[in-house]
Amino acid sequence: MNIIKKFSLGVLISLFLTISANADKIKIGTEGAYPPWNSKDASGKLIGFEVELAWTLCRYIGQQCEIVEQDWDGMIPALIMRKFDAIMAGMSITAERQKAINFSQGYADEVASLAVMKGSDLEGISTSEGINLTKKTGTVKKDLKTLTSALAGKTVCTQTATIHQNFLESGDVGKVNVRTYKTQDEVNLDLASGRCDVALAAAVAFTDYAEKSGKPVVLVGPTFSGGAFGNGVGVGIRKDDTELLKAFNKAIDKARKNGDISRIATKWFGFDASM
Amino acid sequence: MDFELMINSFPKLLNAAVITLKLLSVSLIVGLFIGLLFAILRLNKNIFINKFAYGYSYVFRGTPLLVQIFIIYFGLGQIEYLRSTFLWVILKEPYWCAIIAFALNTGAYTSEILRSAFQTIQPGIIEAGKSLGISNKIIFYKIQIPIAIRQSLPAYGNEIILMMKGTSLASTVTIMDLTGVAKYIISTTFKPIEVFIVAGGIYLFMTFIIHNVIKYLEKKYSFSQ
Repeated sequence: MNIIKKFSLGVLISLFLTISANADKIKIGTEGAYPPWNSKDASGKLIGFEVELAWTLCRYIGQQCEIVEQDWDGMIPALIMRKFDAIMAGMSITAERQKAINFSQGYADEVASLAVMKGSDLEGISTSEGINLTKKTGTVKKDLKTLTSALAGKTVCTQTATIHQNFLESGDVGKVNVRTYKTQDEVNLDLASGRCDVALAAAVAFTDYAEKSGKPVVLVGPTFSGGAFGNGVGVGIRKDDTELLKAFNKAIDKARKNGDISRIATKWFGFDASM
Repeated sequence: MDFELMINSFPKLLNAAVITLKLLSVSLIVGLFIGLLFAILRLNKNIFINKFAYGYSYVFRGTPLLVQIFIIYFGLGQIEYLRSTFLWVILKEPYWCAIIAFALNTGAYTSEILRSAFQTIQPGIIEAGKSLGISNKIIFYKIQIPIAIRQSLPAYGNEIILMMKGTSLASTVTIMDLTGVAKYIISTTFKPIEVFIVAGGIYLFMTFIIHNVIKYLEKKYSFSQ
């Protein structure tokens, strides 16, 4: 009996110690499946632009950090339920998300694009290079019209709960047949298999996939920004965590000034995606 | 608790439950035929046929349904040769991939349920049929199969309920079934508890109906009347 008592006491103490050791660590949630923003290497270790940036920001905040993995579609609920304290997962700052959580200032931004497999009839669509949906000028409207007729009857694939899905369902390109996937990897697989006629995601997600898989994936149409595509990517933080929000904003300021964000972004994206 | 969200999402989820029921009924019907066929093959004396049937049920009962769906959906989609054949017309559609996976899975379990039911039929019943001069074929179709189905009702009812819950995995291959739509609503409202409670309630209600139908059938076809 005595042994059992001692043993349970030991377990309790060690439990308590682990809990208190974790208490002052900032837990950062990321997806680990959206290269080059965040992904995993062959051994399962989290890598990518945001993982490296997270360590840098934590150093500026002066607190220990832990990066944890979370499926994309449960990212915001997990933050609200305190599974972690901050989101760094290529999450764009949008009005819809801001109803549920706060965002730090943006740290990086890059454009979205449609992609098809080589040989698709969509390869021929002619639009301007890039459109900003915040200001719906004549050219933007004309391009959206071109896209509306080009996408009619096509299966457009995208990751669930993303700005890309929001855009496709916004009516800007008419009523499209949207198919949503849990991860970008699955979107890529079905684009390559031909189940998807066309896919929408961050342009780098496709170029990264084309490069790594050797599959003939090509970007088509304009690049998208603004409007449904949000205002850059920031750190997601709970509404009541104002102290942490301030700390992250300050750390981003410092990292930007010291050139850390540009340097890390250039390393992972191949161009300076910082903002 | 956001009760307004629960009320608003209810009709959408109910609509999605129709997809769930479609997936369930089609895969159960196909699965029942597969199960019956393989149960009969299991009783065959030829060792190759016997082992083949055993291998099928062993593989499909021994691997997770999710893995089976992924192999059929994402795995077969990677084979370039397959994409140029007529099979691709079916495999291109997530709906049919899910049906194939579900039917093969439930078929494996059903074959085991039916096999054991066949084996529990008392030899006396078959001998009685033979002594009356009834042909083997008629004995099989009119005596053995009905008895086996009656015997397997309780176990098969369980299988239906397990399969009903299994259909939620269809949402992993982009199908907007009950779980798929629930996840979709959560992705825009960020409120998983409310939505999953409603979705869970609908699943529970479907289980309730299935359970009672099976119970009624068991009673109706019970031997001791």
